[in-house]
Amino acid sequence: MDMSVKKKLGLKEKYALMTRDLGWEPSYEKHEDVFPLIHYEGLKIHDWDKWEDPFRLTMDSYWKYQAEKERKLYAIIDAYNQNNGHLNVTDARYINAMKIFLSAVPSLEYNAHRGFARLGRHMAGVGPQVACQMQAIDELRHAQTQIHAISNYNRFYNGIHDWKHMNDRLWYLSVPKSFFEDACTCGPFEYIIAISFSFEYVLTNLVFVPFVSGAAYNGDMGTMTFGFSAQSDEARHMTLGLEVIKFMLEQDPDNLPIVQKWIDKWTWRGVRLLTIVAMMMDYMLPKRVMSWKEAWEIYFEENGMSLFKDLARYGIKVPDCVEQIKKEKHHISHQAWTTFYAAAPMTNFHTWLPNEDELDWLSEKYPETFDTYYRPRFEFFREQAEKGERFVNPNLPQLCQVCQIPMLFTEPDEPTQIAYRQVEHGGEKYHFCSDHCQHIFEDEPEKYVEAWLPVHQIMQGNCFAEGDDPTAPDFDPIASVLKYWHIVPGKDNGDFAGSEDEKNFAQWRGMATSNQ
Amino acid sequence: MQIDLRTVSIKPLRNTFDHLARRFGDKPASRYQEGSYDIQADANLQYRPTWEPEHELHDPGRTRIVMADWYAFKDPRQFYYGTYTLTRARQQESAESNFDFVDSRCLLGQLAEEDRQLALDVLMPLRHAAWGANMNNTGICADGYGTLITQPCMFAAMDNLGVAQYLTRVGLALGDTDALVAGREAWMNDDAWQPLRRLVENTLVTRDWFELLVAQNFVSDGLLYPLVYEQFVDTKLNGRGGAGVSMMCAFMTEWHGEMRKWSDAVIKVAAKESDANRALLSEWTRTWRDRCAEALAPVADRAFGDEAAAILDTVTQSFNDRAAKLGLDL
Repeated sequence: MDMSVKKKLGLKEKYALMTRDLGWEPSYEKHEDVFPLIHYEGLKIHDWDKWEDPFRLTMDSYWKYQAEKERKLYAIIDAYNQNNGHLNVTDARYINAMKIFLSAVPSLEYNAHRGFARLGRHMAGVGPQVACQMQAIDELRHAQTQIHAISNYNRFYNGIHDWKHMNDRLWYLSVPKSFFEDACTCGPFEYIIAISFSFEYVLTNLVFVPFVSGAAYNGDMGTMTFGFSAQSDEARHMTLGLEVIKFMLEQDPDNLPIVQKWIDKWTWRGVRLLTIVAMMMDYMLPKRVMSWKEAWEIYFEENGMSLFKDLARYGIKVPDCVEQIKKEKHHISHQAWTTFYAAAPMTNFHTWLPNEDELDWLSEKYPETFDTYYRPRFEFFREQAEKGERFVNPNLPQLCQVCQIPMLFTEPDEPTQIAYRQVEHGGEKYHFCSDHCQHIFEDEPEKYVEAWLPVHQIMQGNCFAEGDDPTAPDFDPIASVLKYWHIVPGKDNGDFAGSEDEKNFAQWRGMATSNQ
Repeated sequence: MQIDLRTVSIKPLRNTFDHLARRFGDKPASRYQEGSYDIQADANLQYRPTWEPEHELHDPGRTRIVMADWYAFKDPRQFYYGTYTLTRARQQESAESNFDFVDSRCLLGQLAEEDRQLALDVLMPLRHAAWGANMNNTGICADGYGTLITQPCMFAAMDNLGVAQYLTRVGLALGDTDALVAGREAWMNDDAWQPLRRLVENTLVTRDWFELLVAQNFVSDGLLYPLVYEQFVDTKLNGRGGAGVSMMCAFMTEWHGEMRKWSDAVIKVAAKESDANRALLSEWTRTWRDRCAEALAPVADRAFGDEAAAILDTVTQSFNDRAAKLGLDL
């Protein structure tokens, strides 16, 4: 046997042998043919070896830790389901938040999975490739564990029986869908800024805290456990986001304006997407965790800003849109919930009017705006409902060409005026909810004219159920669109009060907690 | 005596999601089904990819293989993330105890110096080939269509990385960092390894992802793993005091056995779909088999000396039989 004393390897050295030492410079094929995607965005990378591994995890430890987490997670989900844990949630309105979650989020995770696989292949350095590959497989984990954690709700409640079909079609679900498909159709560097930095690093707490703490506050142990289990993966993803941005900025000063543009764009895209989370926090959780405004102040204005301070030395500035978001934080959740309330026949979850306690909570949390602008609206809705004339908006809304949210936001300094922006391009008019969405369009109009806007598609006749004849005398366009979405009217949508969900939950909870 | 514990029983409204009920009927779905079938977006895709405007983001047109239903590729292992990691964690645990056993019993001491060197010569450059396989499978996951076929490739990519890392540990156990340096040097410059490196680089620019799947997971693995791990490590070295190396490579042998079941299922389903697919798969398999056998010849020479041609022939023949059973016409 070789008796010479072996060199002692440090952790960093050993990890380098396990990863970046595996790669090589191709000579039988051209570098640009092996890595064809890394130049066209204009980013300049001179030395991939300068990449600092944000975490050091070899496959043996990855399998070990992740399997341990999976074992625990599924044990709890199984116990929760077997035990009819869904009957222990605060009240059945809560389940509607989970319907939105399942309809929107696993598809985002899934696209993140495929997007990171693309980067795992196409980044031209083993260090970033391995980090992206681990995130790619983690994101698949998140999509699958979310589906598994929420699947039991589908067996007992309405609205999510065809979530994936709806995700590709339903009007409000084009908001998250277009967000992630936008990122996935970008080049690799923009993608990683969009997802790893803007979304994972800057905004992730604003998704996690509401959903996971919301689940914990409302007795949903399955979802809560999924969230906690995913959090240690997220911690890794966040360190990747930070390393990525430092790496790009340190490689070449010319990268700064490009990176800044992407940060500005994706911070705005991300915050617009979070409108629905804001609404969930303020209106859908029977037991509130905190208001959207409070969450924004803690997780963005405090934590996020200190991050931007760290990046100032590279020349990175706080995105301009932050000023507008500061103003909008007093409004967006209320504007979104009133929009969904009025669109109740067109959604796959139930809506309701906040009760007295909840109205008071909202007044307290939003002292500057709620009583002035929004409480009167809910009081009006209630009067209408009591008269038997439940308020419904019969029109299909105009959508923003970029974020695809209906035009529901008001001017930043004029809360009674809906914000509209309009641009002509190629002889067509395009509409936007804000200056920021308009600028994103103007920077890349060829991309955003391709958007699949659900309302436009309905108007063009592309969203009717197969076999329905729009020229038939008794053709009901709305009924046909609902059929195309696979929404069952009267079961999946409308008011929570009087719904099958409400009745079943009350009856089942009665069976589980009394001897009737 | 069996006593059933009682829980409050309420009747669910439905057993599973509609998209699974349409495929399998209204009955409880497995977690593999829930986590895999139909979950990739397949309608109303937004925006053309800036990196490939001629295709949609998820597009079945990135390969010449045509399927009526891309969810026909059921994984016989039914791996989703959970079952995949649990399986690999179990294997890792046994690999770890193998490494410990080899170390604590000084098993590598039973290997003569020339055989130790031979083991390093044959195995170390393969770290880089495994990394090439990792990039290929990661790329297939990105480009492929339908989760049933993309997710096993993501798992395979991580496995390829695992193999490269086990090989690194083998190198450090048999030698030192110098052994890894020598392996890299051979991979880059030694004539015996250039055909294989050229082949791997050729796969890295193969754009049809299904062709790449055939080249990497069916053909290349299908020749290299039996040649190196069955014939060289488990047979030749094992017979010459190399049981320790064999134990340290147990993961690779076991993994290849498992992967074969999956790649066989993929080829069989695709070939059965149409004559056009079958012809294409046969052509790809034939071409890559010939190139791969040629690339492995100098490696086999190094590993087996005079017996190289006969052993490579046996391995190739048994691969041909396997392909024929799957419906290919080589």
